[in-house]
Amino acid sequence: MKPFTYERARDPNEALRLVGTDGGAKYLGGGTNLVDLMRERIEAPERLVDVTRLSTEIEGKPDGGLVIGAAATNTALAAHRAIREQYPMLARAVLAGASAQIRNMATVGGNVLQRTRCIYFYDEASRCNKREPGAGCDALDGFNRMHAILGASSACIATHPSDMCVALVALDAVVHTLGVEGERSIPLVDLHRLPAGRPDIETELKPGELITKIELPPPLTKRSTYRKVRDRASYAFALVSVAAEVDVTNGKVRDARLALGGVATKPWRAWKAEEALRGQAATEPSFRAAAEAELVEAAGLRHNEFKIELAKRTLVAVLCELAGVAT
Amino acid sequence: MSALKDTAKSAMQTAVRLTPDKWLPGATSDPLMHKHGLLGAPVSRVDGALKVQGKARFAAEVAMEGLAYAGLVHSTIARGRIAAIDTGAAEAAPGVGLVMTYKNAPRMKAPALFGTSPSAAGASSLPIMQDASIHWNGQTVAVVLAETQEQADYAASLIEIRYEVEPAVTSFEMAKGRARRPESILGEPAELEIGDAKAGLAGAATVVDHIYRTPRYNHNAIELHAATIVWEGDQLIIHDASQLVNATASTVAGVFGLKDHQVRVISPYVGGGFGGKCLWDHQILGAAAAKLAGRPVRIVLSRESVFRLVGGRTTTEQRVALGANADGTLAALIHTGVAAMTTHNACPEQFTFPARHLYAAQNIHVAQEVADLDMLANTFMRAPGESVGTFALESAMDELAEALKIDPIELRRRIEPEKDPTSGTRFSSRNIVEAYARGAEHFGWSRRNPVPRSQRDGEWLIGMGCATATYPYYRFPGATARITLNADGQAIVAMASHEMGMGTATTQAQAAAERLALPLENVSFEYGDTALPPGTVAGGSSQTASIGAAVIAAFEELVPALLQLAGNDSPLAGLKASEVEARDGGLGKIDDPQSHESYASILSRAGRKEVVAEAKAPMPLEMQKYSMHSYAAQFCEVRVNAVTGEARVSRFLGSFDCGRILNSKTAASQFKGGIIMGLGLALTEETLFDERSGRIMNPSLAEYHVPVHLDVPAIDIIWTDIPDPHSPMGARGIGEIGITGVGAAVANAIYNATGKRIRELPITLDKLL
Amino acid sequence: MDIIINGRTIEFSVDPRTSLLDLLRDHLGLTGSKKGCNQGACGACTVLVDGERINSCLALAVQYQGRKITTVEGLARNGDLHSLQRAFIEHDGFQCGYCTPGQLCSAVAMVDEWERGLPSVVTQELAAQGIALDRDEIRERMSGNLCRCGAYNGIVEAITATFENLP
Repeated sequence: MKPFTYERARDPNEALRLVGTDGGAKYLGGGTNLVDLMRERIEAPERLVDVTRLSTEIEGKPDGGLVIGAAATNTALAAHRAIREQYPMLARAVLAGASAQIRNMATVGGNVLQRTRCIYFYDEASRCNKREPGAGCDALDGFNRMHAILGASSACIATHPSDMCVALVALDAVVHTLGVEGERSIPLVDLHRLPAGRPDIETELKPGELITKIELPPPLTKRSTYRKVRDRASYAFALVSVAAEVDVTNGKVRDARLALGGVATKPWRAWKAEEALRGQAATEPSFRAAAEAELVEAAGLRHNEFKIELAKRTLVAVLCELAGVAT
Repeated sequence: MSALKDTAKSAMQTAVRLTPDKWLPGATSDPLMHKHGLLGAPVSRVDGALKVQGKARFAAEVAMEGLAYAGLVHSTIARGRIAAIDTGAAEAAPGVGLVMTYKNAPRMKAPALFGTSPSAAGASSLPIMQDASIHWNGQTVAVVLAETQEQADYAASLIEIRYEVEPAVTSFEMAKGRARRPESILGEPAELEIGDAKAGLAGAATVVDHIYRTPRYNHNAIELHAATIVWEGDQLIIHDASQLVNATASTVAGVFGLKDHQVRVISPYVGGGFGGKCLWDHQILGAAAAKLAGRPVRIVLSRESVFRLVGGRTTTEQRVALGANADGTLAALIHTGVAAMTTHNACPEQFTFPARHLYAAQNIHVAQEVADLDMLANTFMRAPGESVGTFALESAMDELAEALKIDPIELRRRIEPEKDPTSGTRFSSRNIVEAYARGAEHFGWSRRNPVPRSQRDGEWLIGMGCATATYPYYRFPGATARITLNADGQAIVAMASHEMGMGTATTQAQAAAERLALPLENVSFEYGDTALPPGTVAGGSSQTASIGAAVIAAFEELVPALLQLAGNDSPLAGLKASEVEARDGGLGKIDDPQSHESYASILSRAGRKEVVAEAKAPMPLEMQKYSMHSYAAQFCEVRVNAVTGEARVSRFLGSFDCGRILNSKTAASQFKGGIIMGLGLALTEETLFDERSGRIMNPSLAEYHVPVHLDVPAIDIIWTDIPDPHSPMGARGIGEIGITGVGAAVANAIYNATGKRIRELPITLDKLL
Repeated sequence: MDIIINGRTIEFSVDPRTSLLDLLRDHLGLTGSKKGCNQGACGACTVLVDGERINSCLALAVQYQGRKITTVEGLARNGDLHSLQRAFIEHDGFQCGYCTPGQLCSAVAMVDEWERGLPSVVTQELAAQGIALDRDEIRERMSGNLCRCGAYNGIVEAITATFENLP
């Protein structure tokens, strides 16, 4: 690990001032991803600005939504009664991630900004366009079983590893930030960029910009869930995950919000499937059609081709479960 | 040379087989095997209190003044040369005391390769950091010493290296094209044919003939490999995490041109071994750096460095062909294949061993080859060979049962051999049929529907499978035990052996207490230090028998010594050693309860504080006289998700036949531990070796999936407890057998659940969609 | 900087790179907490911070100034083993003993989380007030602690035996 200085910010403005815009500093949350990346020499900041003492509040809004302080821990999020009752998919997604120890450390803001687990990204002897733009990508023809079937490019096929973000993009979460130009809000679904030719630029955040809170609109319905498919029964990253919230009235899908994890270069909102579902009968064939619609552009490689069918099946099974349809 | 050795060995084996029992050492069975006091009791671990308080000191925790911490740099190419290396920035970095590369490393001999002599421990015979050449992707090319681990690791990252790349063989397919047949597989012939298996297969009524593949695996003991190393003058002291202290000391002595006694290896606690905690480059590099720097060194490998520096189980491709007669007996059994290896190691992965001893067949052909790659030396990992060999053989057996429409347990009963099918020798003790019967009853095998996909619970398809587990009995020569008995009636048994969690310290204290007729609290077992009488490797599930035989030998020295001390005023006066037994904290005349004197009384009358007896175990000729193996019937119930293909083991039972069980608590844990590693082998574990670069791509516990709590159901363990009349204490090894057969039991259960026969491990969900 | 370890306030001054784990092991000689991966993937380094379990290998020591840390060395009281430590011995919840300190600290905090009503991913009703701490719940909640010797059954039995009389 390269030597660095450490400072703790007392408020967001101090954090912003301490971190500056020269790119040499990083915000430090729980450290569960950043410290690992620094030890692996993928990140080498000169200064760390600890933001874990900033807002950890989780508060209800008058409209029935929620505001979550960026420094709230993953555990606090999953434990919060309103989230367990109103947004079960979010609680489940958080609880499906990592281990209890890591969830106790990891912050919501840090979770949003965690970086990929691509094994070629982690290996300094391998070529990686994320680490070194233009170097090439050794995952394309390498071990790509964990990699993306959606949103990938010839420069990068690395998946976004978060479970929490999958639920948050399904829930239309909005990220609030503070930057040198002041406060702004960005829908989470727009925060992460597709890799295209520049996989090293992962989000729309500007230098020094700090995530201060996440805002959730009221849920469509309390009937929502998160299902994660993985190699181990626990403590493993998703091969495929599905966050889903479905409002079924009189046997018809009135509305649905869906997102996929483990399959895409960013937390993947399944707009096409939602569109295909709206107004349709809540039956397995229409769920299958929606899944097909979402994955029509999915592209598999040597080891991850299976994810296309797996994603469809998992999505259909989750929809059937929420709609109370027997499979 | 080696061929000559094999001939000599084979002649000796024949001679031993023809020798009547009574002429062999240990001709009479160890009387201990019939005792039912301490032996077999569920005694809690003697080191338990230390371990639960974090007070057991592991190798990286030995306190020492003036320690320097080591950081490593690994090569990023598989073969070639270091063309240029710039260590300037590293040397100038804060806290750095030394940067060692091939340019300034002390001249050292290559380590003696394991197996080339009883005292050789080298996992590879390559010289270490002696020139610019690179032999595998991950080889250590620089060692940095600094005041803290952070400083050492950071400085290591500043070293710049330019390589001249040479063509490397990193593809198994390519290497298979020039596979070779080794001179022997761990002393057994690489190829063996009885009858004409090809013809037998061709004429068989029913044939199954398939290829099975197994990947690379790593031990991944949770304790990182570590050593704290200090030179005291020309004495080298290595606090190591080791499962073979004596051979390590000898081999390191050879590397540095020292006498054996100048190297002391101390290893009282080992945080998991499984075959991986032997002699690798890091102990030697640490000692070299300590010598150059003139100060003690702590070298703790990072998890990535463990993957780059410490080999694991190699990949195999195996063919099993079974030809059955109409009555279910075997006309032909063929087990052949190839394993990836290097030219500089000693582990050919003996996957054909089970097929040599398990089943009666009219014609048998076993043969194995190795394919040389430019890679890190592969090595022994829990049941090397047998773990992956039983996956292939026992999967094929299940396929044959299916083809014959016979219950797989019944099929195995029909091909149960009378004597060892390839050597022709008698079995010392073999009760696998009984183990199957009891296991089937406890597991509820009769509830299994042989038709695949016939049991379902919601999304989950449920299936049952079984497989035979087997592992040879080994006892290694050279073990020497010392018994010190003092006037307070306390006994210390000592040997430089190993405790990696198997329960050695506990069970040996139990056995010694029973042998000496002392209460358990009066007996302790000292181990893990080459300053003690020499022990043997903790490997091949051999240690319990190896220690046991030496303790018997020492006891046989102790009794006459005690009788001599007892003299003419003792109730034992005039008795010969053969007329007395250990009883009630002393010696007594056999069949005469009145004639007895306690050890304390004998010693105090003789004015002695203690009496010491030390002896070496006799040669393990029982292994040549008999076919000696541990066995088990493994039963698995699996649930496979019909939507996602996720396979989760819901029940498991192992029914073992391993001779006498010496401690029912720690033995059950050993069996379960093996089974759980087998669940990983079957379902989740794989070391990803990128054949383009020869580089391991998942050197991390996040990406290499050992089973977690939620992957492991409650596991049932039962055993026959039938003593083996030809082994010390009637016990055979139990450490490795647990993992054998598990891969097949799981795969067979998955077939029963889904109708899908998976012949390539691990069985990840993509193979089941 | 101050940190409170097992009830004792300790002053320390370290390179900001130093992890809480290395502070304990290399600087303070508290080697009970173990290093198994140094990347948050095995749980051997688990310690309690203000009663909550974390992976001390991923924690920068400077970030924890002023906090109360409990390590395995702090579980026993006045020389008496914690009931869970005794249960680990009785139920053979370890073999080599290397992951054991992490398993113990993790289990202590896990039971505390459960008492506070925290759900897990295997909890059927997330919003339920009372969650039964059954075998599946224990296994899921302990899955951040790897044991390569495979003492999982014994660990679960030790936890169950120790805490089965809880409300």
